[in-house]
Amino acid sequence: MSAESSSATKGGDFVSNLGKVYGIYTGGFLAFVVLLAILEQMGVPNRIIGYLFVFFTLAVYALIGIMSRTMQVSEYYVAGRRVPAIYNGMATGADWMSAASFIGMAGSLYLLGYDGLAFVLGWTGGYVLVAILVAPFLRKFGAYTVPDFMSARFGGNLARFLAIIVLLCCSFTYVVAQIYGTGIIASRFLGMSFEMAVYVGLAGILVCSMLGGMRAVTWTQVAQYIVLIVAYLTPVVILSAQKFGLPIPQLTYGMALQEIGNLEQSMRASGLAPATMKEHVAPFTSYSPLNFFALILCLMVGTASLPHVLMRYFTTPSVREARNSVAWSLLFIFLLYFTAPAYAAFSKLEVYQNVIGQPLANLPAWIFTYGKLELVKVCGANAVDVQAIITACGNIANQGGLLRLQDLAINTDTIVISTPEIAGLPYVIAGLVAAGGLAAALSTADGLLLAIANALSHDIYYKMIDPNAPTQRRLVVARVLLLIVAVLAAFTASTRPADILAMVSWAFSLAAAGNFPALVLGVWWKRANAYGAVAGMIAGFGITLFYLVVSRYYPELGATSFGMTSLLNPITGAPIVDVAKALADPATANAVLASKVGWFNINNISSAIFGMPVGFAVMVIVSLMTPAPSREMQEMVEEIRRPRGGVMMKEKAA
Amino acid sequence: MQTPDDTYWPRTRTLMFTMLGLWFFFSFFINFFVTSLNKIVIFGFPLGFYMAAQGSLIAFVVMLFWFAKAQDKIDRECGVAEDD
Repeated sequence: MSAESSSATKGGDFVSNLGKVYGIYTGGFLAFVVLLAILEQMGVPNRIIGYLFVFFTLAVYALIGIMSRTMQVSEYYVAGRRVPAIYNGMATGADWMSAASFIGMAGSLYLLGYDGLAFVLGWTGGYVLVAILVAPFLRKFGAYTVPDFMSARFGGNLARFLAIIVLLCCSFTYVVAQIYGTGIIASRFLGMSFEMAVYVGLAGILVCSMLGGMRAVTWTQVAQYIVLIVAYLTPVVILSAQKFGLPIPQLTYGMALQEIGNLEQSMRASGLAPATMKEHVAPFTSYSPLNFFALILCLMVGTASLPHVLMRYFTTPSVREARNSVAWSLLFIFLLYFTAPAYAAFSKLEVYQNVIGQPLANLPAWIFTYGKLELVKVCGANAVDVQAIITACGNIANQGGLLRLQDLAINTDTIVISTPEIAGLPYVIAGLVAAGGLAAALSTADGLLLAIANALSHDIYYKMIDPNAPTQRRLVVARVLLLIVAVLAAFTASTRPADILAMVSWAFSLAAAGNFPALVLGVWWKRANAYGAVAGMIAGFGITLFYLVVSRYYPELGATSFGMTSLLNPITGAPIVDVAKALADPATANAVLASKVGWFNINNISSAIFGMPVGFAVMVIVSLMTPAPSREMQEMVEEIRRPRGGVMMKEKAA
Repeated sequence: MQTPDDTYWPRTRTLMFTMLGLWFFFSFFINFFVTSLNKIVIFGFPLGFYMAAQGSLIAFVVMLFWFAKAQDKIDRECGVAEDD
């Protein structure tokens, strides 16, 4: 217990002054933005402004990381359990919102319209499950990691080992995607080479997490949340004020939706859009209703099972604070997620009003800015300049000289990035957005890296290999492993693996099927025993992984041996691919069928829809068929349920 | 030291199921009717679209703050709350 309390004096001053510290920090950051705006007016080039933004924010994160260094186990793993609910909420927000949420989500909503809202709903509603089913109980138990809890509740290292496998499967691709995101943002805004940007990102992540573990990651994540939310809201608030005279985009985009609806009608009437065009607010044009709701469920349950999210709630001072903290987390996450549809609507309105139907020689400048970055294509060619698109469109029969909807292809990342320029804002705002995107990617990477490294150092090294390791050595091992995992992730990202972004969405299904039944039944059903948990985890996780891998990489095998059939077009209900024809040519069958076959027309992104029920059922049946847990174990569960009495798993006196 | 009240866990469980019901309502049930709800338009927002984009999210946030309060009340009344 000594390790839990002995550092309270030094840390206590900091914790009691948090409001002041972060108040000054936020003021300083805003002053810095204003300073850069003035520098820009004085003629400092954009490139320098961009570099200043990135290096200043990185320096601040590094400073916090270095100031939070620690050599105490409980500080390293759970920030000494002294993080107040509201700050843990901000840290969770930054931990949660990744490069994809910040840069990509508004673009997905632009493309998918209503159906994209499955992500908005899924990535927020999951916190209800976190609060009512899991987080407070794990906090009371007092584990350092999720596998730690599994092992204590389900008697031993087999359950721990399975939980580590689940954790590694869902966290590693996720962290690679964050480092990849850092590389994309830095190379796009700063003109750095992608590979160099990846290693700059790696340095930014390491300096935040190596020295201070959870303690340093927590306090940098709070700082990163402030940067990312300011960066996300600023451009769209200004755009809303310009277009509709009210700086509340979340309200004014209703008017944009109306105009979008009218323009959709007129574009279709004038032949500028195909008859099959998807209306922005019309449901179930990209996902069938079954897939839409299955995706929501998988994302929500996945949220409540991802180790890097759950471990944030181990850091609060009490169970009560843990519950409050989930509410604060969701509030801070909500601020970004309920703004994303506004970005999508404003961008769509801009495109429909000022781009579609224009003569090719007359398109707005931003089309070419992002065309040069290969983010906007017109008639199939990158929109580098007017001549290039006139040539490309000349090759299409009956194109007609006016830009039609089907001629334009916008990369989803463009929506957030291009908004400052569409609104005619100075470059400093674009730099701010880059800093925000970087904060989102780095903070998520920090959390994930810590989750992976802690599982390796605490669960594998300390609990399974050398339970007598002295504190000093445990912390050294933890840092060495963190470094190794980080370098490995950065190396993987620098090879630009093609599938990595798609694989991130798999993490939710894998976590949902692998962890959720054991976590929930472990707390809510005393009869659940080790046999049930182990069998349930293997069955649930196994089926989900099987469905993902077979439908994505071995669809030929899936179609011939496992009864997988073509997925269906959500509007017409027709198969999207002719399976028999594809199978006739074995050389190309796997490529043609990839992610296009499945059971019951379920997309593989929602594969936990099979694994989760199986996991629950197997766990219940096997538990009932084998002896009930011991009296001590049942008493332990009783104890987990009662907030009073302090953590149950105590660090031995150092 | 008070002994934990026998009603603690049943009350906690009831609260959990209430929250789970509300969660199901706002995550799924309300959105089953998106097509009908979209015929109602408020401030330009078709209501079905609005619920998935904002309405349900607001409900989740409010629910969680209410839940933290309600569970704390149960903890205190049953004598299992942590010391302040």
